[in-house]
Amino acid sequence: MTRAETIPTTPTRERPETPVSTPGRVGESTTRADGVPKVTGEFEYSSDLWMDGMLYGATLRSPHPHANIWSVDTSEAEAVPGIFAVLTHEDVPGRKVCGMEVPDQPVLAWERVRYQGEPIALVAADHPETARRALEKISVEYEVLDPITDAEEAMREDTPKLHLSGNLLRHIHVVHGDVDTAEADVVVEGEYEVGMQDQAFLGPESGLAVPDGRGGVDLYISTQWLHIDRDQVAESLGLEPDQVRLHLSGVGGAFGGREDLSMQIHSCLLALHTGRPVKMMYNREESFYGHVHRHPARMRYEHGATRDGKLVYIKARLVFDGGAYASSSNAVCLNAGTFACGPYDVPNALVDSYMLYTNNPPCGAMRGFGAVQVCFAHEAQMDKLAKALGMDPVELRIKNAIKPGDRFPFGQEVPPPAPVAELLERLKAMPMPEEEDITGRDLRRLPGGVSNVTHGEGVRRGVGYAVGYKNVGFSAGFDDYSTAKVTLSVEGGEPLVRVHTAAAEVGQGIVTLEAQIARTELGVNKIAVLPADTSIDSAGSTSASRQSYVTGAAVKAACEAVREKVFARVREEFGEDPDGLSIEDGNVVAEGHGIVVPLAELLDGEEIGELVKYRHKPTYPLDENGQGDAHVQFAFAAQRAIVEVDEELGLVRVVEVATTQDVGKAMNPQALEGQIEGGIAQGLGLALLEEIQVKEGRIQNASFTDYLLPTILDMPPVKMEILELADPDAPYGLKGVGEPPTIASTPAIVAALRDATGRELNRVPVKPEHIVGISGPTGQPPQPGSRGPAAERA
Amino acid sequence: MEFLQPATWREALEAKSAHHEAVPIFGGTDVMVEMNFDRRRPGYVLDLTRVPEIQVWERENGKFRVGAGVTYTRIITDLKNELPALAMASRTVGSPQIRNRGTVGGNLGTSSPAGDALPPLYASDAEVELASVEGIRRVPVGEFVTGPKRNVLRREELIWGFIIPEAEGPQQYAKIGTRNAMVIAVCSFGLALHPARRKVGTCIGSAAPTPVRAKEAEEFIEGVLAEGDLWETRGAISEAALRRFGEMVEMSARPISDVRGTAEYRRRAVGVLARRTLSWAWAEYRDGR
Repeated sequence: MTRAETIPTTPTRERPETPVSTPGRVGESTTRADGVPKVTGEFEYSSDLWMDGMLYGATLRSPHPHANIWSVDTSEAEAVPGIFAVLTHEDVPGRKVCGMEVPDQPVLAWERVRYQGEPIALVAADHPETARRALEKISVEYEVLDPITDAEEAMREDTPKLHLSGNLLRHIHVVHGDVDTAEADVVVEGEYEVGMQDQAFLGPESGLAVPDGRGGVDLYISTQWLHIDRDQVAESLGLEPDQVRLHLSGVGGAFGGREDLSMQIHSCLLALHTGRPVKMMYNREESFYGHVHRHPARMRYEHGATRDGKLVYIKARLVFDGGAYASSSNAVCLNAGTFACGPYDVPNALVDSYMLYTNNPPCGAMRGFGAVQVCFAHEAQMDKLAKALGMDPVELRIKNAIKPGDRFPFGQEVPPPAPVAELLERLKAMPMPEEEDITGRDLRRLPGGVSNVTHGEGVRRGVGYAVGYKNVGFSAGFDDYSTAKVTLSVEGGEPLVRVHTAAAEVGQGIVTLEAQIARTELGVNKIAVLPADTSIDSAGSTSASRQSYVTGAAVKAACEAVREKVFARVREEFGEDPDGLSIEDGNVVAEGHGIVVPLAELLDGEEIGELVKYRHKPTYPLDENGQGDAHVQFAFAAQRAIVEVDEELGLVRVVEVATTQDVGKAMNPQALEGQIEGGIAQGLGLALLEEIQVKEGRIQNASFTDYLLPTILDMPPVKMEILELADPDAPYGLKGVGEPPTIASTPAIVAALRDATGRELNRVPVKPEHIVGISGPTGQPPQPGSRGPAAERA
Repeated sequence: MEFLQPATWREALEAKSAHHEAVPIFGGTDVMVEMNFDRRRPGYVLDLTRVPEIQVWERENGKFRVGAGVTYTRIITDLKNELPALAMASRTVGSPQIRNRGTVGGNLGTSSPAGDALPPLYASDAEVELASVEGIRRVPVGEFVTGPKRNVLRREELIWGFIIPEAEGPQQYAKIGTRNAMVIAVCSFGLALHPARRKVGTCIGSAAPTPVRAKEAEEFIEGVLAEGDLWETRGAISEAALRRFGEMVEMSARPISDVRGTAEYRRRAVGVLARRTLSWAWAEYRDGR
């Protein structure tokens, strides 16, 4: 193999310059530093990375969802001019498997492939097209096996095992009170199904690996968590962690889909093998095979209540299809098991949450994971119960709303604030939008939009409500910390604060928030947030709505430590009592008698830097009965959806979504609105459009032509009322905000469709066929009492 | 891959004559997708965007002769009154960016049953003009498209454009997509009233291997209109007749089930679209438009 003569050390098109951000403190809507470049197309995403002499990597993937591999012949590919490397599992020098929770996924498959699209071999070439063509020259001898494509089938004793550990990946069993002796006046049952949603981030998986010439590698990458990637890459490359340095590149959205590795190890393998920088970038089709998806679920529920509408018991059996590898399935299963009953006070509950391996695409993290699926089901059940009782569905929810001091079915005491009833009451009180005359309307305000399918014919209106909740931060005993270094210095005669963390900015705005916190705590206007990389310790994952809380707290604590040092110096030099001191506009100010000293003067060319590691209070794993203080914080949102549906064609226009959400503290109101609207759009997508259709283990619609995301015409205006009830344990009292909107919007929209059509609609996404009543849910309902471990406990 | 870039129509025809395998490209909204997904690796690409002759439309004896390089955006802005169904169909194509690049000529070249521009062409008895260095020929659009993505274009020919009569009466186009914009048709329906000839033209899109006219439904409704003297009196079409018309359109559809929808849904939906579009077009006619 050819080696490059010279090895450049950093990409020639580097990451965007460190933004020195504009004014704005905690609680203000500050402008994002990356906002204008993104809108004007100047922002550099990881797919834009470029470096002189770089090679292009490409991945050979299995066309079969399940097969034995008898041989891989790379000789013909190696002979292609312009090819610098062809690698298989034999070339993985370290651990040959990876995975966030369970290392069960081959870096490159050997002996067996377990899903369509599983990586088998890699090539590096001097042109991307050469790389693609070389892939075709690799011959793989397969023995095609029958795929296991149904989670219930996977659970059966006589089904072949996909992994040594068996097909049952996780089972959460929650026993609360005693459902067997609980007596209810009214019982409602239901079966619900959630299809496989995709994160559909717009920036495909991409990155650039640069060998350092000393056996190590720098990887410029889009990810949600640099350090977990770094550890997995180092492990598989057989390197020490400090030989693998990750640098966050421009991330084009994540939503959970970048928690697992995609091309990280692959590009580094190719780079170290060729001694050249190697860029990899998936196209849209490959992206659908290159990351995990939201778990499809089948859920059976039974709710019992008294005649006056008090919940007596809930029984739930949840079956999730985890696909071929573990990814974050363990946490999804835990979340589903713990949130299955909704934010309600339930005296008795029995929940079984099962996670299965199959030969379907691997599923893992996606916004609201575990909670999204069960919320669709438990909210449908609450509506069904309200109907059976003849009660208003919101009244029923308020009557059963959980409150601080109650216990969740998983045993944890509900911490304050938990304003479920208040959110519902305020939501109910929000004014309804004025109803526009149906005739003479602009097509864009009718179901079907510009496609001109109705001028009002068949259109009916419906209203639906839902409330959802989820944990913020990592749970069940995970050491969930973040690290921040804050340095105060003077540059150009002006104080400057540099903030360094490894927190991944994926579009949510943590970079802006870090600057707001530093500005608030240190009274300095000029803040530089340094690029995130692994030269500092971990910030944890940008997921579980946790960065504002955990990294926010770390930055705040580091600022406080710097401030203490400043004040200590002021006491030393000026004899001022630190208690009365503050920093305003770059000056140390004493209460009552003005400026003591400008920071620029006090520092006198020196720097004050503090590194802080922050941990939220500990959580604990669940016991065998699913009991334990598993979660650290809970975030709640309630929503009301108004829809218009064309009953004859099954087409839908969502007219408005109204929401109430408790956020603890609105750190950046505009960014908060963005999170809420974006979350609702993603929930709307799941309600009406977004599904990866899988047939016999094969994806049928790996493109944006047939995987439909909502457009601006599908997305309604959102009315919101934000509650700021401080969480005493969290920095500034804040709560994570990214996920709750996604959780509540799907059930609210489907409830509105049920209200308009009278149909059951127990599967999402709801298709036009279902609305017009041509076909019911596509999934076969599980057969009660007939199958393996489920039958034993159900 | 060779990239051919003729500056005139004559040069384009000569290039095609010299390289039969050359794939013509104008907006690239179909061709580039296939190439990007690596489903097609043509040896030659024939870029027609520099050819001025096909980027014009003209009036010719009560008909419009529209070049293959006229974009959807121009159809919408230039011809919305003259060719209303085609303009309505053009409005449902993709996004503004796609409409700025995509052309009806390309829709003809691709010959997909889901091509949005095709039903209006069928409903108005349009002809496709095909050219080679040898000369030109005109083929009725219904004979041009022979199957899913198949047509009678010869390997030495290029599509010059199409000839379509100016609307003689109200026209409609409606399309089902699961999303409210930027969506490929699950099914669609085009309808044109021809009051002078006492005829009703129809076409079902995306619910058969090619766009298909609903001949029996056309004859049925023409019979209803004649029998009731409705063309003259501009009286209402009975609800029963509208329903029957929809049912007969349903019967003409030969849909399949795929990722975009089930056969049964498509069949039912084209019936609903047929009934509704006829009622809208007839209401316009009754208003004297």
